[in-house]
Amino acid sequence: MTFRNAFCASSALAICVAGTAAFADGHSATITIATVNNGDMIRMQGYTDQFTEETGIAVEWVTLEENVLRQRVTTDITTNGGQFDIMTIGMYETPIWGANGWLVPLDGLSEEYDVDDILPAMRGGLSHDGTLYAAPFYGESSMIMYRTDLMEAAGLEMPEAPTWEFIREAAAAMTDRDNDINGICLRGKPGWGEGGAFITAMSNSFGARWFDMEWQAQFDTQPWLDTLNFYQGMMQESGPNGYPSNGFTENLNLFNQGLCGMWIDATVAASFVTNPEDSTVADSVGFALAPDTGLGVRSNWLWAWALAIPAGTQQQDEALQFIEWATGTEYMQLVAWNEGHANVPPGSRTSLYENPVYAAVPFAQMTLDSILSADPNNSTVEESPYVGIQFAAIPEFAGIATEVSQEFSAFYAGQQTAEEALANAQAITNEAMEAAGYQ
Amino acid sequence: MARAVTNQRKALNTALAWIVGLAIFFPILWTILTSFKTEADAIANPPILFAFDWTLENYSEVMERSNYGRFLSNSILIAGGSTILGIIIAVPAAWSMAFVPSRRTKDILLWMLSTKMLPAVGVLYPIYLLCIRLGVLDNRLAMVVILMLINLPIIVWMLYTYFKEIPGEILEAARMDGASLKEEILYVLTPMAIPGIASTLLLNFILAWNEAFWTLNLTSVDAAPLTQFIASYSSPEGLFFAKLSAASTMAIAPILILGWFSQKQLVRGLTFGAVK
Amino acid sequence: MATQHSRSAARIMMAPAVFLLLVWMLVPLCMTLWFSVRDFRPLRGGDLGFVGLENFGRFVSSSAFWPAVATTLVIVGGVLLISIVLGVMLAILLDQPMWGQGVVRILVIAPFFVMPTVSALVWKNMFMDPVNGVFSYIWQFFGADPVVWLSEMPVFSIIMIVSWQWLPFATLILLTAIQSLDSEQLEAAEMDGAGPLSRFGFITLPHLSRAITIVILIQTIFLLAVFAEIFVTTGGAFGTRTLTYLIYQRVLESQNVGLGSAGGVYAIILANIVAIFLMRIVGKNLDK
Repeated sequence: MTFRNAFCASSALAICVAGTAAFADGHSATITIATVNNGDMIRMQGYTDQFTEETGIAVEWVTLEENVLRQRVTTDITTNGGQFDIMTIGMYETPIWGANGWLVPLDGLSEEYDVDDILPAMRGGLSHDGTLYAAPFYGESSMIMYRTDLMEAAGLEMPEAPTWEFIREAAAAMTDRDNDINGICLRGKPGWGEGGAFITAMSNSFGARWFDMEWQAQFDTQPWLDTLNFYQGMMQESGPNGYPSNGFTENLNLFNQGLCGMWIDATVAASFVTNPEDSTVADSVGFALAPDTGLGVRSNWLWAWALAIPAGTQQQDEALQFIEWATGTEYMQLVAWNEGHANVPPGSRTSLYENPVYAAVPFAQMTLDSILSADPNNSTVEESPYVGIQFAAIPEFAGIATEVSQEFSAFYAGQQTAEEALANAQAITNEAMEAAGYQ
Repeated sequence: MARAVTNQRKALNTALAWIVGLAIFFPILWTILTSFKTEADAIANPPILFAFDWTLENYSEVMERSNYGRFLSNSILIAGGSTILGIIIAVPAAWSMAFVPSRRTKDILLWMLSTKMLPAVGVLYPIYLLCIRLGVLDNRLAMVVILMLINLPIIVWMLYTYFKEIPGEILEAARMDGASLKEEILYVLTPMAIPGIASTLLLNFILAWNEAFWTLNLTSVDAAPLTQFIASYSSPEGLFFAKLSAASTMAIAPILILGWFSQKQLVRGLTFGAVK
Repeated sequence: MATQHSRSAARIMMAPAVFLLLVWMLVPLCMTLWFSVRDFRPLRGGDLGFVGLENFGRFVSSSAFWPAVATTLVIVGGVLLISIVLGVMLAILLDQPMWGQGVVRILVIAPFFVMPTVSALVWKNMFMDPVNGVFSYIWQFFGADPVVWLSEMPVFSIIMIVSWQWLPFATLILLTAIQSLDSEQLEAAEMDGAGPLSRFGFITLPHLSRAITIVILIQTIFLLAVFAEIFVTTGGAFGTRTLTYLIYQRVLESQNVGLGSAGGVYAIILANIVAIFLMRIVGKNLDK
C-alpha cells in the first residue's frame, strides 16, 4: 500500500514534469518589458492587446514590486544581461545609466510623437547632456491633499501655499484620537524611495542639504536636526500609529479610509483619492502646494516613471514603437475615452494640461503648478553639488540613502535620538563617499 | 496499551490539540478566506470571518492580469525536474556512503551540508555573470540544475540516513545468491528504500517550489515560477489585501494539496535519522 | 564486508554528487574571493583594479557589521529556541490519543508548505499591520493600544514569522522520535512513582536529544540564509539587518560588489564556525 502510494505520487510528479516540458514558445516579434506594479502600469497592461493588434508585436510583462524591480533591472543593466527590451526606471537611474552608455538614446522618435510636448522638467530629468534616454510614462511632484470637511470643522482655511507651521497647527486641530482621525499622514518607511524621499524633500525647505560643495555630508548641521525634530514632533502629535513603517501605499489606504486629515505625497495619488470607487472621501478632498518655511524652497519633489531601452537589445525598433505608443498622446486619449480624464497618466505632457476637459479635473492645475515649481538643478537653499530634489543623482546615493533613512526611521520608532540618528547618518555617508573616492 | 485512557482525558487532548492546530493554521485559513472578499470587506473593522459576500472577483482579476498557467507549469517543471535529477545523482552516492563507508564518509557528508551555508546574495553577481556567459538566463533547464545543486546536500543526507536503517545482511544475502551490484541496487535496495525516496522527493519538491532568491533573480519570462508571480502582487498602490490573498492562495494551493495528500509519505521519511 | 571491488564501485557512484557540489562550491567561492580583493563597482564602470584587503577592512570597520552579526545570531537562536521548545510540547500533545489526529497533524504541518515570501507578506499586511491587521483588532477588542509590530518589536516579529514556518518541521521530526519511544519504559517509571516532569526530564528528553540535534543542524543551515522575510517586512531597518541582509545592501543597493564579496567571505567564515560547532555535536550524537 505504502509502496503503491509512494509510487503513484512520484509518477504523478514525473508526468506533470513531462507534460510541462512539452510547452514551447514560438513567437515572432516579442518584447519583454520590466515594470513596477503601480496602478497606471497595470492599467497599461490591460491595453497591451490593442498595441499588439496594431503592430503585430507581442508583449511579455514582467511586473514586479518596486524593490524587486530595482534589484532586477540594476543587476541586468550593469551586467549587460539582456533580459529585457524595455525597463521601467525613474528619474534617478536614467541620467546615470545614460551617462554610462547603457541606454539607447531616444533621438529616433517620430515626428507625430512630438517629443517637445513632454514637460520640460520631465524631459530635463530624463536626459543626460541634452539627450533623452527615457520617455516619461507619468510624472509627479508632491503636494498636500487634505480633507476639506475636516479643515472646515477645525475652523481653518488652507492657503494655496502653506507653511510648515500652519500645517502642524492644522494637523493638531484636525486630530481626533477618539475617532481614529489623524491630522496628518506622512511617509516614515525606511528606503530611499519611501521615507527617505519625503524627508529629503522636506529638509530642502528647512535649508538642509545632503552635501556641501566638497561632497562632505551635512547631517551635522542645524537644519537637519530641525527637520527631524519638527517631523517627529508633528507626527507624535497628529500622525497615525505606526507611521515609521508607512509608505505611499499605507498612507493612501489610510487616507481613502477617511483616517487622515492631510497627506503630503505624490501628485499621482490625487486621482486615487478622488476616485469614488476606491476612496470613501472622494468628494471632500482639496489640494495645496507642498509647504515651505519661507526660505524660498518648497518641499515638493520631482519624479517620473519612464520607459527606457537597454543598449544591446535585439529588438530596438519594436521597443521604440512600444514606447511611442505607451507614452504618446494616442494612449492618453484611449484611457480618457474608456475610463475618464482623471485616470490618464498625469504629469508628462504639456498638451494634456492645455486640454480644457482635463483642466476641469480638480487636481490638474495643482499638479502642474507643483511640477513647475520643482527645480532639480536648484533644490537646496545653500548651494549643492548635486542634481535632484529628493535624491542626489550619483550612483552611490541609493545605497547610502537607504541606510540613512533606516537610521531616521529608527529615530521615529523611538529606538534612538535625533542626534544619534544624524551622527550615524553622517558616519554612514562619509564612509561611503570616501570609499567611492569623492573625498 | 496497558492502561486504558479515559474518554475524558482523550476529549481534553482533542480540544487542546485542535485549538493549537487551528491557531497554527489560522494565517493560511485567513488568507484563503480573504481571497474571497472584496477589498473593502478585507479590511472591515471588526473583521468578518465567514459572513461576507463571497466573490471570485479577485481570482478573475488575477487570472486576467497574469499568465498563471505559465508560472504554475514553470514551478512544477523546475521543482519537479530538480528533485528528480537530484535523486538520480544522490541515490548512488548515498548508497555507497551507507553500505561501503570509509573513514571519510562522515566528513564528506558534513562538507556537503556545509556548502548550503554559502550566502546566496554574496554570489549573485558571479552566478549572474556566469549565466550570461553561458547564455542560460531565464532558462528552465538552468534553473532545474541550479535548484538541484542547492538541494543536493539535503537529498544525499536524507537518503543516507534512510539507507543506513536498511540492514546490511539483506544485501549480503542477495550477493550470496549471485546478484550483481546493479541488480542489488535495483531489485533489493530500491524497493526497500521507496518510502524514504518518496519522502525525500516530496520534501525537496517543497523546498524547490518555495525557493525565492535564485528563481527571482535568474528568470524573467520563460522560466519564471510562482515566486515571481507573487512579487507582482506585493504592496502595489491602493488596497490589495484581497488580491494579494488570491494570488497567495493560487501560489500555495498546489503545494498545500500535494503536501496534504502525501503527508504520510512525507512524515515517514522525514526523520533524518533522528530515530534509531 | 566491503570488498575491493565494491569500494571502487562506491567511489565511482559517489563521484557525480561530489564533483557537482565541488564545482558548485568552488566556482562561486573563487569568484567571490577574486571580487573581494577588487574594487568592483558596476555603476562606476565595473572592475576598477586590485585593492588588496581594503574591502575586508572596510566591511568590518563599518558601524553596521557587529550589530549585523549579533542580529543574525539572535534570529537564528530565537527561532531555534522557539521551534524546539514549542515543537517538543506540540509533539507530546500530538502523540496523545485523540480524535481526528490526522486532521490536526495536517493543520500543524501546513505552514511548512507556504513560500517564505507569501508568509512574510501575509503576516506583515494582514496580521501585523497596526491599522488593518488582525492583531490590531484583537488588541482593540481587549481595549489595548495596537502594537506596531514591525517597528516596536521588529526582531521579535521576524523571529515569530520564521518560527511559524519552521515549527512544523521541528514538530514532525520530534513527533516521529517520540512515537519510537518505548511506552513500557514510561509506564515502569510511572509505577516507580516518577512524576510527569521527571519522566519527561529523564526519559523523554534524553530520547529526543538526537532528534533535537538534527533539527538544530538542518534548521540552522536554512536560518542563516533567511532573507525574504526581512526583505519583505522591514527591509533591514529597525535593527533587523542580518549579515546576509548587510551583504545584500552592499552588493545590490550600494552596488559595491567588491565590498559585498568581502562580506560574503566573512559570512562564509561565520557559517563555517557555526558549522564546525554544530557538526561536533551532531557527529557525537550521530555516532551513538
